[in-house]
Amino acid sequence: MKTMRRLVPLLAGMVLLLSACGGKSDLSALKPQGPVAQEQFNLMKTSISIMALVVVVVFAICIYVLIRFRRRKGDTTIPKQVEGNHKLEIVWTVIPLLLLLILGVQTINTVFGLSKDYSQDKDAIQVKVTAHQYWWEFEYPQYGITTAQELIVPTGKKISFEIASADVIHSFWIPSIGGKIDANSGVSNRMYLEFPKEGVFKGKCAELCGPSHSLMDFKAKAVDQASFDRWVAAIKQPAKYSDDDAIKTAFENKCLTCHAVGETNTGSSAPNLTGVGSRLTIGGILYNDERPVEENIKEWVTDPQKVKPGATMPSAEDLGLTSEEIDGIAKYLANYKLDY
Amino acid sequence: MDWLTTVDHKKIGILYLIAGGLFFGVGGLEALLIRIQLIKPMNDFVGADTFNELITMHGTTMIFLGAMPLLFALMNAVIPLQIGARDVAFPFLNALGFWTFFFGGVLLNISWFAGNVPDAGWTSYVPLASPTYSSGHGVDYYVIGLQIAGIGTLLGGVNFMATIINMRAPGMSFMRMPMFTWAIFITSALIVFAFPVLTVGLVALMFDRLFQANFFETGSGGSAVLWEHVFWVFGHPEVYILILPAFGVISEVVSTFARKRLFGYSSMVFATVLIAFLGFMVWAHHMFTTGLGPVANALFSIATMLIAVPTGVKIFNWLFTLWGGSIRFTTASMFAIGFIPTFVMGGVTGVMLAAAPADYQYHDTYFVVAHFHYVIVGGLIFGIFAGLFYWWPKMFGRMLHEGLGKITFWTFFAGFHLTFFVQHFLGLMGMPRRVWTYLPGQDFDTMNLISTIGAFLMGVAVIVFLINIFVTAAKPRHAEADPWEDGRSLEWSIPSPPPEYNFKQLPLVRSYDAWWRVKREGQAEMPVAEPPGPIHMPSPSIMPLVMSIGLFIGGFGFMYDKLYLAIGGIGITLVCMFLRSVFDDHGFHIEVEEQERGVRS
Repeated sequence: MKTMRRLVPLLAGMVLLLSACGGKSDLSALKPQGPVAQEQFNLMKTSISIMALVVVVVFAICIYVLIRFRRRKGDTTIPKQVEGNHKLEIVWTVIPLLLLLILGVQTINTVFGLSKDYSQDKDAIQVKVTAHQYWWEFEYPQYGITTAQELIVPTGKKISFEIASADVIHSFWIPSIGGKIDANSGVSNRMYLEFPKEGVFKGKCAELCGPSHSLMDFKAKAVDQASFDRWVAAIKQPAKYSDDDAIKTAFENKCLTCHAVGETNTGSSAPNLTGVGSRLTIGGILYNDERPVEENIKEWVTDPQKVKPGATMPSAEDLGLTSEEIDGIAKYLANYKLDY
Repeated sequence: MDWLTTVDHKKIGILYLIAGGLFFGVGGLEALLIRIQLIKPMNDFVGADTFNELITMHGTTMIFLGAMPLLFALMNAVIPLQIGARDVAFPFLNALGFWTFFFGGVLLNISWFAGNVPDAGWTSYVPLASPTYSSGHGVDYYVIGLQIAGIGTLLGGVNFMATIINMRAPGMSFMRMPMFTWAIFITSALIVFAFPVLTVGLVALMFDRLFQANFFETGSGGSAVLWEHVFWVFGHPEVYILILPAFGVISEVVSTFARKRLFGYSSMVFATVLIAFLGFMVWAHHMFTTGLGPVANALFSIATMLIAVPTGVKIFNWLFTLWGGSIRFTTASMFAIGFIPTFVMGGVTGVMLAAAPADYQYHDTYFVVAHFHYVIVGGLIFGIFAGLFYWWPKMFGRMLHEGLGKITFWTFFAGFHLTFFVQHFLGLMGMPRRVWTYLPGQDFDTMNLISTIGAFLMGVAVIVFLINIFVTAAKPRHAEADPWEDGRSLEWSIPSPPPEYNFKQLPLVRSYDAWWRVKREGQAEMPVAEPPGPIHMPSPSIMPLVMSIGLFIGGFGFMYDKLYLAIGGIGITLVCMFLRSVFDDHGFHIEVEEQERGVRS
């Protein structure tokens, strides 16, 4: 039929479009990089297949009706007035119910499967996530370490998260690894994720939290177990400071009132800076592969609100940092790397 | 200045149309500014603060001040005519409803000029909207503006319930009512049950913000998630309040322009009631990622999916109304027919969202933005356009230009799909919603550009529509009583526009599609149910306007901590209420001789 000949290439085109528009594999929910995202993607595929069937049926009837029953010029006949059809009503009630049954079973299985609590599991890595305006704090209670902005995890383990917010509601989301869960204030949420592949995966904040909501990116970096152990060891090393005494003093007086290096500082008002030089970004969005770390740190420290409107860090001017101090601190922090 | 004192539903309908249209325009401008900001990565067309203000005002204005008033315009213009009544049950209350909505909307939009615009989203989640994190007056404008406008909506809901229950013409049983009347009846019930929940939430938020209460302060024993529950127990029925009237319009338009009675009328009524009922059981599907636990998420998933069944029943009944009919393509019927596939697309993404674990990926991304714009714009707004083109001659005595109308339809239809189809993919690819900007290199750029272009096309369509209105207004009032020739319900049995009293003699209804049946029997007029006589009409009054101004002034007093304004403003309103209660107003009569001469409204 003519309609079919027009519909099929259209559908094929749409499928092509869908596959091309899959997005980036470190960011897209359509390109799952872990079992949690995969299970969610499977549910998406089931639901869209069932729904595509419905759409095709509705569109087919609609197109047919519009062509077949359009009023021809000069036609004044009154069509037969049909009250309804009991059989049809039953058909289009029962069939959707059956389709929903199929979707419902998989949905319920997945809801319960993904809600498993690994917080007491000896083999799982426990991570406490605290969301702030506009950065992410990651504490590893099993190892007594705290870091920020970059979630380092070993592959092949269950990562059990306990997530809360220090201020407004945020939402913790690593799309290619799994769905999100809200970071509420005053009460924490539990979720688990798995990272079978090594790599860097993008994380986003997914609840409006203020002006810099869109800039609250973080990274999840999955490394092999050995590398993860090295990282834990490296981050537990005593703090390194600048060789220059003046810079060290300035750093201690003006930065360490909020930040910390070389020790845990859970729930502090600023990110832990241990090993910040080896992170992929400064401030979550200044990429260290696009510009030298040192320059990114300088840009950030000089005027945090320019990079992230509404950031709670005072500007260099407010802190009384001279430009030599900024240069010195940037150099020191850029070289404060962790070897893992 | 009888527009300021009118209690006539026909005039009030036009007032709602003008005010709703104006606010819709404001919301549309806000949308265009949002889309310009998002046209390319790391854009700085507006600042981050302004952007959050824009998205908040766009959502709040469109839903509360644009869509709902436009629906109230249709309700007011049509319902009394469709049930064979001379006005609504409470005409004074009807006017009060309009003016409170209007002043609530004005108050909210004054925030732009006061430099204190709400910026916590139309959902205004706490703690972001609490005094700690929103210390300016922005969110106060949201709370007070919506509180006042909400009064108007609630009054309207009560009014239309009473009207439809009590004032149907003799012979019009419930199952002989037009489908649009049924839709409004059920919508009014939804309003009556849902809006008080919003009122409670807004009062609690107001007390937290203005009087240091702790309903939502987690540090002091309150709960931030509680706001989400209260908001969405209102919020979900609210979206059914938005769509059910559109469903009603589609039923009317499809039936008229196919020359066929509505297929499966009783199923349609039952399905609509079921949708409304289930609509109160699904609110937590907006909260799947809040951490309610697997049992709650599973239950709300299933309940949400179930709503697809009665909705599907309606879609198929419309298609089978068209099947076997004689379909005439006018702008009205094109919008109604365009609604069907578009709304279905929105509905199926709704079922996808209903699966909670999948929603853990979709929630708060552009996938959700795509879904709700498909059902609200592709559903509701298409329905409003269809209703406006369909009932314009009845309201204004002129028919909107069809050529311009078709340009409006095609431009809006194309622009709409361009804007929102790509947004499904953006969400799946990792773009959260309410983002001021996005980094390059994430594959978001092209689709955002397409989306912005589509938005401008929709803007063009609206401008063509405005031109149509002006071109039409310049034409003489020539429309017939039954300008589409195939009218089925009572409004088409009286002149366009109707006289002030609508029906000289109340009609006698003997079937569903009463006017159609009478025409088929060869009659030129409805049989009457009473002899001619003086018609009792309600008196106009300035009080609804004054009362609303009182609330408006009082609102500012509360916000800016000026006791004399707060007391003075509320005092004006209370005095008016006292006067209205104590002084009897018996209305006036239109005598038979005036009726013969033709009293134009």
